[in-house]
Amino acid sequence: MTHTHLIACHECDLVHQLGAIPTGGAARCSRCGATLYRPKADSLNRTLALALTGVILYIIANTHPFLGFQIGAQIRETTLATGIFQLYQQEMRTIATLVLITVVIVPAIHLVSMLYILLPLNLKVVPHHLAGVLRLVIFLKPWGMMEVFLLGILVSVVKLVKMATIIPGVALYAFLALIFVLAAMMVTLDEHEVWERVEHAP
Amino acid sequence: MRNQPPTARRLGLVACRSCHLLNQRLETAVDCPRCGAPLHSRKPNSIARAWALVLAAAVFYIPANVLPITHTTSLGAVQSDTIMSGVIYFIHSGSWPVALVIFVASVFVPLLKLLILAFLLLSVQRRWQWRPVDRTRLYRLTEVIGRWSMLDIYVVTILVALVHLGALATIEAGPGAVFFAAVVVVTMLAAEAFDPRLIWDNMEKSHERAD
Repeated sequence: MTHTHLIACHECDLVHQLGAIPTGGAARCSRCGATLYRPKADSLNRTLALALTGVILYIIANTHPFLGFQIGAQIRETTLATGIFQLYQQEMRTIATLVLITVVIVPAIHLVSMLYILLPLNLKVVPHHLAGVLRLVIFLKPWGMMEVFLLGILVSVVKLVKMATIIPGVALYAFLALIFVLAAMMVTLDEHEVWERVEHAP
Repeated sequence: MRNQPPTARRLGLVACRSCHLLNQRLETAVDCPRCGAPLHSRKPNSIARAWALVLAAAVFYIPANVLPITHTTSLGAVQSDTIMSGVIYFIHSGSWPVALVIFVASVFVPLLKLLILAFLLLSVQRRWQWRPVDRTRLYRLTEVIGRWSMLDIYVVTILVALVHLGALATIEAGPGAVFFAAVVVVTMLAAEAFDPRLIWDNMEKSHERAD
């Protein structure tokens, strides 16, 4: 089963036999062109390194000053959560919850799940509920939207720059770096390799 | 047998949606033995669910664009802005690239996504044979672009956080923002509900039902 894998295209259902794919290459569906499998070099180590970096950046991004806003002598300093909190106070709970989930909670779940999966696997131990945790990571993928939030920051700054001075905080830079680290973490993770570990778990 | 492509369904197999393991297809509903996700040869009720979500999103799209998404109070005067009035503000203030970004993300992308999904659903129901590769590409596009419509929700969140200076200037979210958020979430769920394999089922000259 390990040498000549059968895999069905998730977009057109065509069954392919996967041979050895060189690192950096990818297997594409011969009928619809969907990417079937892309092997990653040194996946578990690199993904773990990125996850650890991500945790540090995440903590900074959520605890330090994010953006400052100054008109004359009045300065308002905000954190990442300020807007969410204000929306709650304005009875805009749906939006506040949506922003909380997509910008704060989903990235946190992704980081914690990666540590939960990869720390034991790097020590040759298969963690409990590995399959369930990995399924959660895959399920939540579309709902982490930090990069869209970044575009939102840019638009807001352009909108406000004429009426006030915008002061970028430490958390903003951490947030910026975190977007790239999280994206890299998702790309370096070889899901297939982890699923094989699940299969061979006792 | 001639030119009949070996799909998982034809071979009596079912691929797990979550971990891609191929399993024997059984009559009873079972979970994937490797990852525990429920196994379905095709997403259950894909067409009905996707249509329901597309129609719901189309209904929300109207108040999302008509109702104000922000109320700005500045020195006692209240100004309400819709998405389009925000776009027009940026055009007048000379930042037309920003105007374009907001217009594309907030007005154009949700509409495009709804039209593409409606087209794909119709094409599957009518069993059109037209360009399956391109239709699959269109589906991939809807999956990628939808998230960028959250832009305006985030702009509102950031404005509300920063512009909170009491009587001098305060921005509050308006009801349009709630409908707008609903459009984004519901269209994402609609894209998720649609099963692109249905496009290909129709290409195979089989007599089995498409659902």
